[in-house]
Amino acid sequence: MAGSTLHDGLTPLNDPSEQKSDDAHGYYTLGDKLVDPNAPTGPIKDRWTTRKFENRLVNPANRRKLDIIIVGTGLAGGAAAATLGEAGYNVKSFCYQDSPRRAHSIAAQGGINAAKNYKEDGDSTFRLFYDTVKGGDYRSRESNVYRLAEVSANIIDQCVAQGVPFARDYGGLLDNRSFGGVQVSRTFYARGQTGQQLLIGAYQAMERQVAAGTVESFTRHEMLELIVVDGKARGIIARDMVSGEIETHLADVVVLATGGYGNVFFLSTNAMGSNVTAAWRAHRKGAYMANPCYTQIHPTCIPVSGEHQSKLTLMSESLRNDGRIWVPKKAEDCEKDPRDIPEEDRDYYLERIYPSFGNLVPRDIASRQAKNMCDEGRGVGPKVGDFRRGVYLDLGDAIKRLGKDAIEEKYDNLLDMYERITGENPYEMPMRIYPAVHYVMGGLWVDYHLQSNIEGLFVSGEANFSDHGANRLGASALMQGLADGYFVLPNTIREYLADGPFEKIDESHEAVVEAKKQVEERISKFLSINGTRSADSYHKELGNIMWEYCGMERTEDGLRKAIDLIRELKADFWTNLKVLGSADTLNQSLERAGRVIDFIELGELMCIDALNRRESCGGHFRGESQTEDGEALRHDDEFAYVAAWEWGAENGPVLHKEDLIYTAIEMKQRSYK
Amino acid sequence: MNLTLNIWRQTGPDDKGGIHTYQLSGISPDMSFLEMLDVLNEQLNEKGEEPIAFDSDCREGICGMCSLMINGEAHGPEVTTTCQLHMRSFSDGDTITIEPWRAEPFPVIKDLVVDRGAFDRIIQAGGFISANTGSAPEANSVPAPRDKAMRAFNVATCIGCGGCVAACPNGSASLFLGAKITHLGELPQGQPERYTRVVDMVGQHDHEGFGGCTNIGECAAACPKEIPLDVISQLNKDLRTALKQGL
Repeated sequence: MAGSTLHDGLTPLNDPSEQKSDDAHGYYTLGDKLVDPNAPTGPIKDRWTTRKFENRLVNPANRRKLDIIIVGTGLAGGAAAATLGEAGYNVKSFCYQDSPRRAHSIAAQGGINAAKNYKEDGDSTFRLFYDTVKGGDYRSRESNVYRLAEVSANIIDQCVAQGVPFARDYGGLLDNRSFGGVQVSRTFYARGQTGQQLLIGAYQAMERQVAAGTVESFTRHEMLELIVVDGKARGIIARDMVSGEIETHLADVVVLATGGYGNVFFLSTNAMGSNVTAAWRAHRKGAYMANPCYTQIHPTCIPVSGEHQSKLTLMSESLRNDGRIWVPKKAEDCEKDPRDIPEEDRDYYLERIYPSFGNLVPRDIASRQAKNMCDEGRGVGPKVGDFRRGVYLDLGDAIKRLGKDAIEEKYDNLLDMYERITGENPYEMPMRIYPAVHYVMGGLWVDYHLQSNIEGLFVSGEANFSDHGANRLGASALMQGLADGYFVLPNTIREYLADGPFEKIDESHEAVVEAKKQVEERISKFLSINGTRSADSYHKELGNIMWEYCGMERTEDGLRKAIDLIRELKADFWTNLKVLGSADTLNQSLERAGRVIDFIELGELMCIDALNRRESCGGHFRGESQTEDGEALRHDDEFAYVAAWEWGAENGPVLHKEDLIYTAIEMKQRSYK
Repeated sequence: MNLTLNIWRQTGPDDKGGIHTYQLSGISPDMSFLEMLDVLNEQLNEKGEEPIAFDSDCREGICGMCSLMINGEAHGPEVTTTCQLHMRSFSDGDTITIEPWRAEPFPVIKDLVVDRGAFDRIIQAGGFISANTGSAPEANSVPAPRDKAMRAFNVATCIGCGGCVAACPNGSASLFLGAKITHLGELPQGQPERYTRVVDMVGQHDHEGFGGCTNIGECAAACPKEIPLDVISQLNKDLRTALKQGL
């Protein structure tokens, strides 16, 4: 492509032997380098087409002899179940909710990107690819991202055919908007409920296959262990959450589409039940966890109102277009009614620190500065612990300038939701906002085929690490979930299944017996500790540690402290947990106990990963790696790699580095000045 | 706030179940209703009494998992989901009665948790457009009139919570059915299966044991997504047309 230069061929930028800093020394051992065994070659625009052709086919008559387990029914899992069912495979689909339609993809508000170029505004597959790699701060894998951009247009076609009611213009054609600061309008949307409409589309397609007999749906089932036989994933152990029965499900291939682990922070915009257990059990069975520290924190959420808070709710970032963000200059004003604080006593800190971008600085900067203001004791709203955790987003000037009606038309739904949750009228009173954990870019390591390092274990959607690098662009999560589910997995799984069906195994197989025993022992352990603390109380404490030390800004000292605290918490959990009730009924406390201990183990790994990565990139900001102006500073010479962590039990994790090589795009540092 | 809570407890599907009374104090008006129950559960756990089972997931009003009859009203006194209801809608000293959805096709699993699998089976019967992955034409090749697309969207916002059934004196799921029939029926892509869809879905609805519509309108009044009653007119109209065609 014109204007882009290829940097020195295929030579990686970094060499581990030259890594100058290793803050995590002593916490891990360095393993072999990791290479994607299925990495494609050739011109980037031909890679996926070529690969689809090269991947072997499975004869339709053989497909019904092949069993596929898919865990999770969000966009990535639901779409895969529908498509693989349509193809004629035997699919078993699992979700912990009471219906596949509840998966948390449903909560996505903004929209879904696709390089349709309907607006003739210069969009293209290459531009979407370029924006996504750049947005990911050059920490994603080039071939995977290009494929994502390439299939984006097919997603829209598929969804429209299913009856997804996207917004339309007066001519009845699809409408687009611009989203997340990009200069083209490529985002398709269904008011503020795009995720809901896309998920219902995938859900209905999947239920159609349930009726056709190709998909069997297991609701209120939680995967608790992966079954690995001779190095291949061959099934799962799941708990029927209603009867408590521990069930064995065997298959030729297992897909994890189990979403992200943002709830490691306890408070996040994730659903209450969103958890890492399926992915973490797979990790403990050998699957690598990649870049676990990459977390996206969204700057405009409704603040915590007290110790009882159970989750956080996102407010669209578009509010920053009209709202001015400020805190009182003097800490003693923080308790005052904000309307009584005169203009000269207000600190419009983003406008002050970043005069050219002002309130529209990127997400991570807006988030970090809000935290800094509150840490200085200038936060507003109710005290939670020792601090007030909120800043004002003031629509007052915009209402004066544009009139109340104009603001109402633009943001009506949002402002109603704000008033419902806070009890305050945003037309009269400045709104209060605070950052919250929203998405994780890290996840299980996968190759170009979305296959993990365990053969036959595929991972899709937010649960894998592959497409968003160190930060995700707005309206790209829905795109990735559906790309993986509808178009990528069905074309890569067949290459693996062309060698199947694999040798039949049954429940008496040693590996199955062992996996089931592990699950049963763990459950009886939870029920027998009989200490004094609920699983929730451990979860909250873990969340506080993670938010404080592995949140918006991470430092060497803080991360070391966090690792110590998490280790203490883990020891206390195993001696002082209290779970009432029994294992043979619906028992929500028992479910939570299993999820919380997996979060605790994950939290430790996230801190080690963040400690190792002594650079700031995307959503990961290391205090030690910033410019004089306090901007994130990346170190491509040392850290242009994927950190893939292998479970090492008591010896600590083993780090495998995969070099990131860019041939189609030149790496650049971002700037907001 | 201090509250008296009368809460339905039932150990399992075969247990008769009954109301238990709990006193709860120190509740903040800024808590959501479910956070109030979280506080109660934490206290029960401390006392050695098994916490109350209830469903919730997104806690932002969109997944449809939460489901409580609060003082006899589905999702409580406001037009929203239980998870978006806040304690400021109640007063200090109130007595609040909390029960599960009551309808034969929604059997109680435990305490306040019910089985809504019947809704999935209604969708399986025809609540979809048959469009295999990869078979779709270019998205803009078939325009959809804006007003029809907007009506489709407005009713497609149904979250499948079952509040309409719980509110209906006859345990009918007509609002749920009508919303899906209208959503798919308003779009050009939904036309080929329009009339078989309505027959198949109504058949499954009746087979599950939901009652017929008795023109009360409680469903639309209780619906947290404000699905309008006229989707039931659309349902009946499409059904009539289908039956005329001999389907």
